[in-house]
Parts: sequence; C-alpha cells; structure tokens
Amino acid sequence: MQHLHIRNARLIDPRNGVDEQLDLFIADGRIAAIGRPATDFAAQRTIDAAGMIVCPGLVDLSARLGGIEPELGAAVAGGVTSLACPPDSKPLLDEPGLVERLVRRSDTLGLARVYPIGALTQQLAGERLAEMNSLARAGCIAFSQAKQAIVDTQLLLRAMQYAATFGYAVRLRPQDDFLAREGVAHDGEVASRLGLTGIPVAAETVATATALQLAAHTGVRLHLSRLSSAAAIELIRQARCAGMPVTCDVAVHHLHLSEMDIGYFDSNARFDPPLRSASDRDALRAAVAEGLAAICSDHTPVDADGKQLPFAEALPGATGLELLLPLTLLWARQTKLPLAVALARVTSDPATILGLDAGSLTVGGPADVCLFDPEESWCVTPEALRSQGKHTPFLGYEVSGRVRMTLVGGRIVFAA
Amino acid sequence: MTAEPIRSPTELPDAETQCVQLAELIRPRLYPETVLVGIHSGGVWVARRLHELLDLETEIGLIDVSFYRDDYRERGLHARVKPSSIPFDVEGRALILVDDVLYTGRTTRAAINELFDYGRPASIQLAVLADRGRRQLPICADFCPWRVDLDPSHELVLSAEASGRLQWSLEQHA
Amino acid sequence: MHNPQLNAHGELTHLLSIEGLPRAVIIHILDTASSFLKVSHRDVKKVPLLRGKSVFNVFFENSTRTRTTFEIAAKRLSADVINLDVTRSSTAKGETLLDTVDNLVAMHADMFVVRHASSGAPHLIADHLRRVGRDNVHVVNAGDGRHAHPTQGLLDMYTIRHYKNDFANLVVAIVGDILHSRVARSDIHALTTLGAAEVRAVGPQTLLPSAIEKMGVRVCHDLRTGIRDCDVVIMLRLQNERMNGALLPSAREYFRCYGLTPESLALAKTDAIVMHPGPMNRGVEIDSDVADGPQAVILPQVTFGIAVRMAVMGILAGN
Repeated sequence: MQHLHIRNARLIDPRNGVDEQLDLFIADGRIAAIGRPATDFAAQRTIDAAGMIVCPGLVDLSARLGGIEPELGAAVAGGVTSLACPPDSKPLLDEPGLVERLVRRSDTLGLARVYPIGALTQQLAGERLAEMNSLARAGCIAFSQAKQAIVDTQLLLRAMQYAATFGYAVRLRPQDDFLAREGVAHDGEVASRLGLTGIPVAAETVATATALQLAAHTGVRLHLSRLSSAAAIELIRQARCAGMPVTCDVAVHHLHLSEMDIGYFDSNARFDPPLRSASDRDALRAAVAEGLAAICSDHTPVDADGKQLPFAEALPGATGLELLLPLTLLWARQTKLPLAVALARVTSDPATILGLDAGSLTVGGPADVCLFDPEESWCVTPEALRSQGKHTPFLGYEVSGRVRMTLVGGRIVFAA
Repeated sequence: MTAEPIRSPTELPDAETQCVQLAELIRPRLYPETVLVGIHSGGVWVARRLHELLDLETEIGLIDVSFYRDDYRERGLHARVKPSSIPFDVEGRALILVDDVLYTGRTTRAAINELFDYGRPASIQLAVLADRGRRQLPICADFCPWRVDLDPSHELVLSAEASGRLQWSLEQHA
Repeated sequence: MHNPQLNAHGELTHLLSIEGLPRAVIIHILDTASSFLKVSHRDVKKVPLLRGKSVFNVFFENSTRTRTTFEIAAKRLSADVINLDVTRSSTAKGETLLDTVDNLVAMHADMFVVRHASSGAPHLIADHLRRVGRDNVHVVNAGDGRHAHPTQGLLDMYTIRHYKNDFANLVVAIVGDILHSRVARSDIHALTTLGAAEVRAVGPQTLLPSAIEKMGVRVCHDLRTGIRDCDVVIMLRLQNERMNGALLPSAREYFRCYGLTPESLALAKTDAIVMHPGPMNRGVEIDSDVADGPQAVILPQVTFGIAVRMAVMGILAGN
C-alpha cells in the first residue's frame, strides 16, 4: 500500500484535541505519524494541501442507499467514510443473508464503509422480534425500526430486553403512530394555514418519554434518531442529567430549516420528522452546539416521481451525503463555533455512538481522512450532486466547503 | 365639412357648445320613442346632456363595452368595468348610440354587438361629439358637429370638471 | 417569496388562494363581478369574452355543484367547456396528476379549473406549467384539500359587500369545522385582507386548527360568545364522517352546542346576515328556521357565485 504524505494542511482532529498546521503520514492503510514521520518513512506520494483542512472522514449516523454504488460514491464525494444504513431498505434488513450481501457488496466497492442497522422486529412490523444475534453476526451494529413505530409497548419492552441481553444498541426514531396519523407537516402555523394535516410535537415527546422509560427499565443502550423538537431535546437533557447514557442525533437540514421553508407546498421541504417551528430549530442548534446531539445527513434519495406530487402525497426526505459537510460548516459559521467542535458532531461523536474505531486521526488507527477546501463555494444543483437523489430544499444555495480528497483505509477513493 | 388640423390644445373647441350643436343635428330626426345609449364614460356624459337638451322621456341606457372589446387578448380586463344598464326593452326600438369620440370604429362595433344581446332594435344611429377619421371598420357617424384630424400619438380626451362642465384635452402618448 | 399567482407584471395569472392576493386585486374581481351580475339578467346571458377558449374542468374529487357553477360561468363567457371526471378515468389507470395536465395542455387547454383532495395540488400544476413554459395556461383552484377555495371566499366577500357595503367595522363569525374547511381559510384571508374589524373562529377545540390565531382571528369555543353582536355569521358544513365520535360525540350534541338557531342568532346584530357555502345539513349546523329565515342570504350567495367566477375567469384569461 501507498505511503502518503499530506503536507501544509490545517489538521483538525476533534477526538485528540488537535487543531494546527501539521503534516499527516499514512502507511499501510493506517495513520503512521502526525507532525514528524518516523525516520524510515519514505513517501511514495506527497500531497500539498496548503489552504486545506484535513480532518477525520465523516461518520454518518443515518444514510439510506438506493443504488449502493452511486450513493457510496456520493458519500466519499461528501467526505463521508463510514455510514450507518437503516433497515428500511429494499429488501428490509431483517435477514442475515441480506445483511451479509450488503456488507460484501460495499466491501467490494471499497468506497465508504457501510454499517448496517438491523431490523428490531421482523419485517419492521412491530409484532415479532427479529433474529438480532444472527443479524449481528452478519454485520449489524445496532437495531432499529427505521420509520416504523412499535405500537405495542410490551413488545417494545421485550425488544429492548432482548437487545440488552447481548449488549446491542437500540435506535429509535421517536414518533407516536396515533398522534402522527396522516400527518405531513409540523402541527403549527404553516400546516394550519396551508390546510396540511399536522404532526404535533407531542407525537415526538410521548414516544421519547416511552422509549426513555423502557430503556431505563431494561438498561439497553438507547439512541434516539432525528429529533425535531425542543421539547424532546429537553427530555433527553433531563435523562442525561439523571445519568442515563442515552444519545441522540439531529438531521442536518433540521439545523437550518423550519416549517416556513415549506413556502407554497414545496415538496422538497417534506421531511420525516417534519420541519418544525423556528424556536424548535434554535433549540436543536443549541443542543448540537453543546454536544447533546450529533448530526446526521438523513440521506434519502427520492426520485422526481416521488417528489412531483401534491405535498401530502410526495415522499419525505432529501439527498444529504454531499451536503453534510457544507451544511455543518455553515451552521458553525453562523453560530461562531470553533471548527473542531462542529466537526466533532460529524466525526468523533457519531463514531462513539456507533462504537466504531473511526472518526479520529489517531496514530495506528485507520486512515479514513477527509481533505477539504473550507473557502471554496459551490452551488447546489442536480448536476453538482453525484447521488441519484437530486431533491433537496437547498437546491440553488451557494455553500462553502468543497471536498478535495477522501481516503478510506489509506486509499484515495475520491479526488477532485 | 373638411377635417381641421389642431396644432395646440388652446385651439380645442368648447365641448358644451358642441353638445348643443349635436342636439340640434339630432332634433329633426327624432322619433317619439327614440332612446339614447351612452358608451362609458364620455359617451354617457354626452348622452345625459342630450337627454336634457332634447327633453326626452325615456331614461338613457349606459353601456360598458369591456366584455365585447376585440383587444381583450392584448389588454385583458384591467380598467374598472362599469355595469351596463339598459332600463328599457331594446326589441323594436330606435336607438341612438352616443359616444364622445369616433376613431377606429372598434368601440362602436363592440357596443352594437352588446346591444344586440339585449334584443333586436328597429334601428341604431350613431351620434358623436368628435370624429377623428382614420376608421378601421366600415362605420360612420349619423350626427357629428366636429371633424378633426389629429396625429395618432395624440389622444383626444373628454373630461367632466368638478362643476360637471365637459371639456376637451389632448394627451400625448409616449 | 415569489407569489405564484401573479405574473411578472404583478397581474393575476392563476387563482390558487386568497392568501397573498393584494387588496386591489380582490376589489377589482368584486367590481368586475357586479358587471357580470347584470349580464345574467339579460335576455342573452352571454358575453363573447372567452370565445374560442377551452376551459377544462378537472375534478379529481367529485362535486357536481361546484363544477356546474364553473361550467355555467365559463359558458356565459362563451368559452368551450370540457368536463373531465378524473376520479374515474386516468388516475385509476395510474397516470400521475402532472401526466394528466400535460395531456390536456397538448389538447390546447387555455384554462384549468381544478378540484383536488390534496392541499396544494393547484400550486403544483401552476408551478409545473411555469417550468414547462406554458405560462399562458391559467389555473383556477376550485378547492384543494383543506387549503383553499378562493372563488367561494370571493363570492362570500361579494355577498358581504352587497349587504354591508363596507368591511371596515364588520364583525364576522365563522362557525363550525374550521379544521377541515378550505372555505374558512379562504374567508379568513379575504376578510383580513379587506380589513374586517374582527373575525371570530367558533367551534370546539377538536375542529379548530392549532395556531389558528396566527391567521388573525379570535378563537371562541362558545357559540353565544362567538355570535354576540356580529354582523355576519358564516356557518360551515359538518361532514358526515366527522360526526362519528372521533372529533364529536354526535350530531345531536353538536347541534345543541354549535347549531345556529333563532335563539342564538338573536344574540347577533338585528341586521346580521347568515351565510353557508352549501350544501346545508339542516338540524346539524343550522336550524331550518334560520336557513329559511329573513336573515339567510344563502341563495343569493349562489347567484353571486356565478358572477364572481365569470369575473375570475374573465380577468385571468386576459392576463
């Protein structure tokens, strides 16, 4: 394998508290040295990265893969080197054989590393437990219901107990099915004005409170995905204060958008959970800033057929892998947060949540690296995106932060 | 009568005097059942004057040709449309259509079409204060005291002062 | 934000919602409607304004009544009217909404009158026409989901202006199922734009949308408080499927709490008018004595509705 020397870059590694101009040396797929190389290091390739930032490859807590190859290509183009993929793919990840196939295919491609999240219940139907142990052996690193809720709270309790038996983490997207019934937008001013069926904040808080109570009871490692409301964040804060090891994340678009961005029925602003009020958005920004929540892309490729429909009939979700970094940088700039803190939310924090040896630039650790130009601005257009998902409310936005090179296991998997 | 060229607005004749002249032109050819129909808005003012001067009994009709104009495609429905009001039975009547200015003839065409949607009149004659010539349709005035030739960039406008007195003015188009 | 109803010159090119319509545009529509009202009284009830134009009534949701009023209005403007019952034909074969639109555009449609069960469907169509460069095709929203029914809102305003002349000192109560009502939303936008003194939203919490006060209305849960001293009472239809226990215990209890009776109407001003977008549920939201009483202006609403729809189509087709 190649010996690489990346020089003149500003090196930011949140986990190890590094933010200074340091050279990076890579050998045999691992970080060989930082700052000064071993005396016998002979670089086969030297990359001059003046004006660039070198940071750990991004770790995405939730990215859906439609076509595996184009989406993993989009991942590395966005500097994402590890991603967790939820079980609601086609086919569903509730069979060990399917998980093995996904792992094998992504390994063969050698782009971003894929970590499947297994189904918590068979067919995600919330009726019978999935074969978690077999799924874990096949490669699943946690279990979730994706967007499906387990309505039967006794079964939810059992699922947590069973996962806790083996020490598996359970991830839930908290939303009460009954309260969210037929809902397509935040139950507030905009939905009322546009005549859209609302999803009240209570749908999220009720499910969050239930999940927290059952997790406390079972001792399962709980992660709550894609929180959207200030009230749910507050419940997490209280649980953490009480000593519960619960973690959570927020989708990057929720840091920037609110219900107002629906405008006149823009189906690109249809999300699950929905974009909420401006004060909810501000609470999410604060929670992420203080480290209570990590950031995920919630990447969901949706084609034109799924979006060119009346708002309520359109499919929720947006493309996100290639916007995760620029939108995180935008948020950091707006909130005047140090870059190292902002990057922690998309590197070391999610790696810790997933229990991965990733998200840092540690000597001896895997050389998953993102090299980007923080100043280069580009316009979000369908043509500029590699993902097959071309829909995002950020179309037409001018964003800063362009990935120049991505390394996975010391190999250059993307360069621009 | 030959058309007289107008060089400055001060040469414009007095509209009130012209109303009297127009009434005298109509008087010899008046039937007892003749009714006046004024076209919004200048034609309505003139029709009201004629109604007084000729001492007619039947109330005048008012017509707004917006819904019948042939330039709707280009201009749409923008100006404030006034309701047409024909307070008599048009069927078999002798009508005199009254307007302030006769120019291309298109407004007259629209007014005749609209009147026929109220019924079949015995006859329609046309009375105007001013005839600018340059017709685009085979229409001519039966009664007209003033033939005038104006540059197409000018618009001849009849307006009513606060006192109700009618007055001509010239407006230059860009 | 770009207003999708206006063209580059600020002229009305689609009627999608009352929201965002400038006051002057609303007044212009009402004034034009009063001229058309006179036309309906003539021997020949037609004007040649839309001669040769094709108006497609595209109803993805059944409504014979609304479709008929649009059909009459278009015919009185001399347009050719084509009625499409899309509920049965194309969508059943899997054609998408925009496929249907493209097909009708290819048939040289000049105007679409659209009724759809999904809020925002007419916006989607208007946006699509702009993207494919067919700005010359106009869209009239004939009711989309719970969102808007702008021609009903305009005819309600016509009716109110006809009886009350002015909006400045008016107190208007809208009573009933506001949550599911596109009429209520259109009326609220129109009344606040035209400067009504107070608009009240009256109903139980289960039938009022959250944050409705942000639309500029005063919320009243009690009918008597809501109706007291008001000039106009707009009663909304209560759909049968809402009476089955999920939102309301029963039609009987609803009538007891929110039905408009001569006794409750007596709390309003003596010259108050009572409106209803129809069809009425007698004995559910309104007592027959009120519906047939001297203060009801429900039938004039229907007459005005034709003139208002003629005005909307006449103005749109010319822009």
